[in-house]
Amino acid sequence: MRAGNGSGDDQARRFRDAALPHLDDVYTLARYLLRDGPNADDAVQECYLRALRYFDTYHGPAMKPWLFAILRNICRGEFSRRSGAPLEMDSETEEDEGATPLWQEAQASPETEVLRQRDTEAIRRLVADLPAPFREAIVLREINDLSYREIADVIGAPVGTVMSRLARARSMLRKAWIAEEGLPT
Amino acid sequence: MTCAETEILLHALLDDELDAGNARDVEGHLADCPRCAAQLDAYRAMRHAMSAPQLRYAAPMSLRRRIEAALPSAPLRVPVTPQAPSRWSMLKGFAMGTALSTAIAASLVIGIIGTDQDQHVLGDVVSAHVRSLQGDHLTDVQTSDQHTVKPWFNGKLDLSPPVVDLTAQGFTLIGGRLDYVDGKDVASVVYRRRKHVINLFVTQASGSEQHGTKLDTMQGFNIRRWTAQGLEFFAVSDINPEELQEFVDKFEAASHPVNRS
Repeated sequence: MRAGNGSGDDQARRFRDAALPHLDDVYTLARYLLRDGPNADDAVQECYLRALRYFDTYHGPAMKPWLFAILRNICRGEFSRRSGAPLEMDSETEEDEGATPLWQEAQASPETEVLRQRDTEAIRRLVADLPAPFREAIVLREINDLSYREIADVIGAPVGTVMSRLARARSMLRKAWIAEEGLPT
Repeated sequence: MTCAETEILLHALLDDELDAGNARDVEGHLADCPRCAAQLDAYRAMRHAMSAPQLRYAAPMSLRRRIEAALPSAPLRVPVTPQAPSRWSMLKGFAMGTALSTAIAASLVIGIIGTDQDQHVLGDVVSAHVRSLQGDHLTDVQTSDQHTVKPWFNGKLDLSPPVVDLTAQGFTLIGGRLDYVDGKDVASVVYRRRKHVINLFVTQASGSEQHGTKLDTMQGFNIRRWTAQGLEFFAVSDINPEELQEFVDKFEAASHPVNRS
């Protein structure tokens, strides 16, 4: 008999429907937090397993920030140790140093498609170079599209802190961006 | 308001997170201070560049599979019995024991469960469509040659999807892709209509039930689904329902030519 199993199945179904649509978002955040593909896979899988385990304690408000908060804990714990370097400090840059400048592509031009491909790599690298607290703030805002309140919930800090980190993150990113292409402000 | 204050608050302005009073103050300062105004412009451009969908990542299929496999969902695919008891006994109360109404009750139960499952599959299909539009993974094999696309699926799937070139009918074949829907590997044959992408997902039909074309709409996408020759088809796109039906008609006409002799 399957008595007693029905509610568990039902719960698993509800979890799937609520959590799986956010998989790409969660994976994107993991890639930016860990700056690494294989570890991101493991962290995201762990995040979903943990989320399923705690799902009966989840009462809203929004699924996405809730998953992000779980993922962030995972990334800051085990995975920061696994990658061997404290997230705050490491400054190694990855991949092609010689990527092209970005600014002038902001306005549409016939070459937009081609240029944007290169831009993507360059922006990713600039973001990857930001220290962890600033990187996570700007990724949550610009790429994962969270509100200040939601970011505050994910990182467990007041909204004021979110605002100042974001200001700092954008300022650092802008300086690096401009330094790289040697254009005037 | 000073430049130092503005330097922080203009971000909240940019993000639409500033209350009306502060927004007025910041805008007042920006009107008088070209330096801060230039900063806002620079940040706005940076924000725009960072909103490019290419900066996002799509979870690899292998990861999606690992997670799906780890979730205890398999029993849900077994029809009717496992999750039926509560609804069943409830409906039995209405049925008053007559054979006819029991049959109606049973079909209701199936109807309810069928709908849940349908929504789930449609959700999967739409997610797969959306995923295919992000990043650079619309096609695994990119060609307008139907004789290249069809053999490409050989050995990758336990079905052979019909692939027809409909360029002359206004739907350009652009390639094929393996995808993952409802826990199964599926074929996606990709067409383009003007600037719109149509993903035609092809999977084994579940059971022997054949049905004609049904229209569903989810998250702003139109989905036409039908079964033919033991296969189930889902055509998904943002083109309007009539054009999508036109696609279905032309596809069906071309893939099962009428016997002329």
